[in-house]
Amino acid sequence: MATTVINGKELVVDDEGFMTEYDQWDENIGQELATAIGVDMTDDHWKVIRFLREDFQAKGETPTIRRVSTAGGVDTKTLFRLFPKKPAKKMSYIAGLPKPHGCV
Amino acid sequence: MTATAEMIVPSFDDDVETDRTLAIICSKGSLDMAYPGLILGNAALGEGVDVHLFFTFWGFDMITKGRMEHLKFSPVGNPAAHMPAALAPLPGMTSMATHMMNKSLEELDIPPVPEFLELLKASGAKLWACRLSADMNHVDESDLFDDLDGIINASDFIELTEGAQLLFI
Repeated sequence: MATTVINGKELVVDDEGFMTEYDQWDENIGQELATAIGVDMTDDHWKVIRFLREDFQAKGETPTIRRVSTAGGVDTKTLFRLFPKKPAKKMSYIAGLPKPHGCV
Repeated sequence: MTATAEMIVPSFDDDVETDRTLAIICSKGSLDMAYPGLILGNAALGEGVDVHLFFTFWGFDMITKGRMEHLKFSPVGNPAAHMPAALAPLPGMTSMATHMMNKSLEELDIPPVPEFLELLKASGAKLWACRLSADMNHVDESDLFDDLDGIINASDFIELTEGAQLLFI
């Protein structure tokens, strides 16, 4: 485990830089994380990130792309547009959550 | 614990033009053999890899409208079904095994085949039907999954997937 400083807050992250402490995240940090990976946050992006946060809290795991589209109401095509190439990893990174475990 | 002033940012390979392409040939029409190609294809798309799926021979059932929702899992001749060999061919066993497999898939929120194909398309996959299989089954586009990219022959597929990594299932 390592720590990194964002917005003056010291945050615990894993070797790749994914945050590991749910409660250390806030939307300002999410904004910084998005900027760091070149994602320009819009309302559509925030809708996804907020769903990820809520669903993680409810289910104890990061939702997969399929779950974001079926339960979160943002379809797969849109997710690939909002978070190009690797949507599952990018959205979980911005949301301060671990990468999803599920295959589908 | 090591504290770093530098922000650790994961590499999402956005700046790398890998041109990685995965070609998956789906040649089986049983429920249990349909899913590996779909799941691996979906995983590859999620990693930013270009994916082409080619449906041929029995795999043609996966994209045939009248059959895609009714793929079966048979325990006959399949030691991995963990069932005494003498029981497997009994009437009702295949439908029971199919029912159980569909239930397990559903519990894991893995979509049925038609919905899975839609998911792959939405994620950017190319889906190709095999010309010879279409001719053998006497079907055309209207009998097949609506969002196919086309019916092509084996040479076309080989040409399209030049340099790709290939999976034959």
